[in-house]
Amino acid sequence: MVTALDSKSDLRQRAWDAAASVVDPEIPVLTIADLGVLRDVALRGDHVEVAITPTYSGCPAMNMIALEIELALERAGFHRPKVRTVLSPAWTTDWMSEEGRQKLRAYGIAPPQASGSRRALFGEQAVACPQCGSENTELLSEFGSTSCKALWRCKSCREPFDYFKCH
Amino acid sequence: MPVANIQVSETPLVLYTLRRADDALILGHRLSEWCGHAPMLEEDMALSNIALDLIGQARELYTYAAKVEGKDNDEDKFAYLRDVRQYRNLLLVEQPNGDFAQTLVRQFFYSAFADLYWRAMMTSRDATLAAIAAKSEKESAYHLRHASEWIIRLGDGTEESHARAQGAIDHLWSFTSEMFAVDDGERTLIDVGIAIDPATLRDRWLTTLANVASEATLSLPQNNWMQQGGRAGRHSEHLGHLLSELQSMQRTFPGLTW
Repeated sequence: MVTALDSKSDLRQRAWDAAASVVDPEIPVLTIADLGVLRDVALRGDHVEVAITPTYSGCPAMNMIALEIELALERAGFHRPKVRTVLSPAWTTDWMSEEGRQKLRAYGIAPPQASGSRRALFGEQAVACPQCGSENTELLSEFGSTSCKALWRCKSCREPFDYFKCH
Repeated sequence: MPVANIQVSETPLVLYTLRRADDALILGHRLSEWCGHAPMLEEDMALSNIALDLIGQARELYTYAAKVEGKDNDEDKFAYLRDVRQYRNLLLVEQPNGDFAQTLVRQFFYSAFADLYWRAMMTSRDATLAAIAAKSEKESAYHLRHASEWIIRLGDGTEESHARAQGAIDHLWSFTSEMFAVDDGERTLIDVGIAIDPATLRDRWLTTLANVASEATLSLPQNNWMQQGGRAGRHSEHLGHLLSELQSMQRTFPGLTW
């Protein structure tokens, strides 16, 4: 419950923690804080305003994430929260936390590389297999099961795996 | 009862934004037609993913056009309640999918342009357009890589795939000059730094095409006979059929929502 005894910064921290607990519905091991999708939480008069940024323009998870944030804040005692979408600066996988990268790898998804390699039109990428760690891997398809993933295969352990595309 | 088309106050900025939104929506819709029909599962997912990116870009642009216009239009009304003549997309993006080669050549021509265009638009003095450009640029670069690899694979593949890719290039070439043209209204936006002049991108676009075509053992047409009209609402016969499918639910059940 929110009481007048809470200081403003404590309140903001509690609101942040509530929003930051929301997970990506398509990759439930990652929270929106791990992903860098959660940009800001601010106290505005009698309500909390949360700013999120979309990963991809058409990512269908964004509506779900916005709804989950509202529910999480209501549960934490913050009523009628507002969720705002910000486009600038554009989301990049460079914002993904180190903890997020480790969680992804443990989940069987190869984490994104640094975005510096993004513009190479036919650039060679060495993506390590999240199962066995081998770099003897090959790209099967530039596009995978969601906007943010590509499909790869490990030539050492023969397992296919998802790679979180750098963006 | 027929559903009335919306009226749009076509100031230069509204019209400019709608043109880019229409490009993204119509090409996204075309690609979505492959869902469940692509030659292999990976490509089914790839084309649907690209469609998703483009429709996402269209939504941002329509929402901004509605805000600039300041009436009660919104992204859904722009998409579902305008007729053919009110659509301002490039003729290129409304061309039918044809075979896989034709779809990929259309995508290659457009993505090679969109990649350069959105990158240049990141410096727009309009903060919203610059922000949309920054997102679209990343997506377009990825779409271009996908399309380029397919052009090379098809061109430098079998006799059959080569012939189909070359045929698609020859067929779609006449729709490409429209990407680089602007009218007086758009010129006023270029003059104040809101839009960029696409003509300045043409040489780099040609270089991208020439590099990929060369690796694909394909050739670019030398003829310069070009078709235009989409930006002014004069379309090929294909757009009406596309819209009849895209809009059928809203036209049949006016005001329908999810």
